[in-house]
Amino acid sequence: MKKVITGNHAVSYGALLSRVEVIAAYPITPQTQVVELLSEFCAEGKLKAKFVKVESEHSAMATCIGASAAGARAFTATSAQGLALMHELLHWAAGGRLPIVLANINRAMAPGWSIWTDQNDSLSQRDTGWMQIYCESNQEVLDSVIQGYKIAEQVYIPLMLVLDAFVLSHTSEIVDIPSQEQVDRYLPPFKPKYKLDVNDPHAFGGLLGPDHYMEIRYLLQKDMERAMEITKKADIEFKEIFGRSYGVIEAYKCEDAEIIMVTSGTVTSTARTVIDKLRERDKRVGLLKIRMFRPFPSKDIKNVLLKAKKVLVVDRNISYGLGGIFFEEIKSVLYYEDKHIPIFGFITGLGGRDVTPNILEEMIEYVETHDKPEEPILWKGVKL
Amino acid sequence: MKIFNLPEKENMRPGHLACQGCGAALAMRYTLKALGEKTIVTIPACCWSVIDGPFPYSSLKVPLFHCAFETAAASAAGIRAGLDIKGLEDINVLAWAGDGGTFDIGIQALSGAAERNENIIYVCYDNEAYMNTGIQRSSATPYGAWTTTTPVKHYKNRPKKDIVAIMAAHRIPYVATASVGYPDDLIRKVEKAKNIKGTKFIHIYAPCPTGWKCKPDDTIKISRLAVETAVFPLYEIENGYKYILNIKPEVKKPVTEYLKMQGRFRHLTEKEIEMIQKEVDFQWKRLLEKCNQN
Ligand SMILES: Cc1ncc(C[n+]2csc(CCOP(=O)(O)OP(=O)(O)O)c2C)c(N)n1
Ligand SMILES: [Mg+2]
Repeated sequence: MKKVITGNHAVSYGALLSRVEVIAAYPITPQTQVVELLSEFCAEGKLKAKFVKVESEHSAMATCIGASAAGARAFTATSAQGLALMHELLHWAAGGRLPIVLANINRAMAPGWSIWTDQNDSLSQRDTGWMQIYCESNQEVLDSVIQGYKIAEQVYIPLMLVLDAFVLSHTSEIVDIPSQEQVDRYLPPFKPKYKLDVNDPHAFGGLLGPDHYMEIRYLLQKDMERAMEITKKADIEFKEIFGRSYGVIEAYKCEDAEIIMVTSGTVTSTARTVIDKLRERDKRVGLLKIRMFRPFPSKDIKNVLLKAKKVLVVDRNISYGLGGIFFEEIKSVLYYEDKHIPIFGFITGLGGRDVTPNILEEMIEYVETHDKPEEPILWKGVKL
Repeated sequence: MKIFNLPEKENMRPGHLACQGCGAALAMRYTLKALGEKTIVTIPACCWSVIDGPFPYSSLKVPLFHCAFETAAASAAGIRAGLDIKGLEDINVLAWAGDGGTFDIGIQALSGAAERNENIIYVCYDNEAYMNTGIQRSSATPYGAWTTTTPVKHYKNRPKKDIVAIMAAHRIPYVATASVGYPDDLIRKVEKAKNIKGTKFIHIYAPCPTGWKCKPDDTIKISRLAVETAVFPLYEIENGYKYILNIKPEVKKPVTEYLKMQGRFRHLTEKEIEMIQKEVDFQWKRLLEKCNQN
């Protein structure tokens, strides 16, 4: 059934169709509509879930952790300050191998107060052991919730899907809402290998000495690696039932591209139009969308970028003291290659400043006219 | 001869890692006797996250979920929700936290859970300081006590936070104090809590010989003196207003008897002890008033 809905409501529909069993969430702009619609679904009895209306995001994640450990499919949604408040618990969820799904609406971190989009909130949680998927459209948002459980519950690793504040969260698009029957065919009920069970009592998360800790973390990394293949498989199966797929990355017009622009989130849609326009002018430019950020699709990225002469990375985030986060990761992916490809790292659009087609076009012009970047960070749009 | 009629079945094994004379270990043993096997426990950072034993061992015979320091109540609420949605409403969910995890860092999550009246039993075993990290003051540390962060020259100069009143103010169905020195009373309260729906809060007095600088074999004696001096009275509050006093000492013993058994109070002068006595008398009077109101 096609409906015109916002990104936030796409999240709610994704959770509804995934038959989540426990929801614990706390309101924050620009996430509120996610929980509002879910509250309605629960109140109407459309969704048979326990909605725990906690007093903070911190407790939201703690509650999801408890519920997941008890064997229930748990869901939450948050943004920026809320995600940051959860930080310790994100480690608990991943370390506890609990396949919770969290929707994070990308919002810039305070101070000063900003409700507009950038990626520093989710990227600051990079090393917590969560998988991360960055979405480009409301359809992808809805689908990624469902895919999220499919992936997470196979590898016992929680998954965060990410969507841009306002650009997706509050913007209505046509979304094909799958039928419950289709989703049920795709996503089986959650039957965890281990759970809190009075008939099979165990202690979870107890004291772990130096003799054991490292192995447990090694296994988490191994399953992260496995998650890459599982995600690809889940995406193919998704296509079979729903007719759509996304990949862990998407190479757009990259075949003969000399310059490849790398993006994530909704900047990707803007970049598509720029690439199309430049292609009309016979410019050999392409676009690489990074959808999955953790695990990082290093091999897939390399296969695409090695064909290019120059690479340009657009970061709507910054690791202070170093640079754009996608930029740094992509550089490291190419390090061991014999072919040396100049990489240009642009930072733009922080705190929700518009990333317009012009801005992206100017970036490409810069790359065309330079053999290598003049600065380690190429700032775009700073008015100082 | 049986002094108490305690349930015989043990749901805690020997071989745990508690210090000698640990009140917290006794508190868990009695609580699980009362709750039985159909119980899931969640424990935040505290002595008990060590006492249970290292991976892959556990000294509890029931499932145990270790959770973050400040999340006992929220974790328990999550476990409760997870069980309920599966139709397992008859399983007890026990949040088991220290005084630091309850009075201080966990109070927000606890207040949230209590306000929502989550169907959990929350036990705070109170050893009156952060013992896991080596005896630092908490807001449960009593006036006058030494800890490593309240050295003798700057001993704790604020009263113990009244957590029972705070919990009662949430108007939850059941709040009680209990003590490892009175196992029959403790077990009765846990059994009572088990049969009430909603949030139940039990505050258990649990001496820590290591932190209090007292003799391990004095744990019970000190626990009983705490009640006999009215330093830690045993009472219940139903639905936030109905106060019930459980034990009323015929003659209230002087606090000095209680204080002198513990090295943490050794530095106190006569005058300071007198002040403490006055405060205990005042609080006792207030409690009696509340109990007689009904
Ligand atoms: C967020 C966080 N801060 C600090 C700690 C360190 N820590 C672990 S246990 C503890 C004190 C616990 O005190 P209490 O709750 O009274 O339990 P006890 O150790 O006395 O049994 C502290 C400060 C932690 N684990 N997590
Ligand atoms: Mg303590």
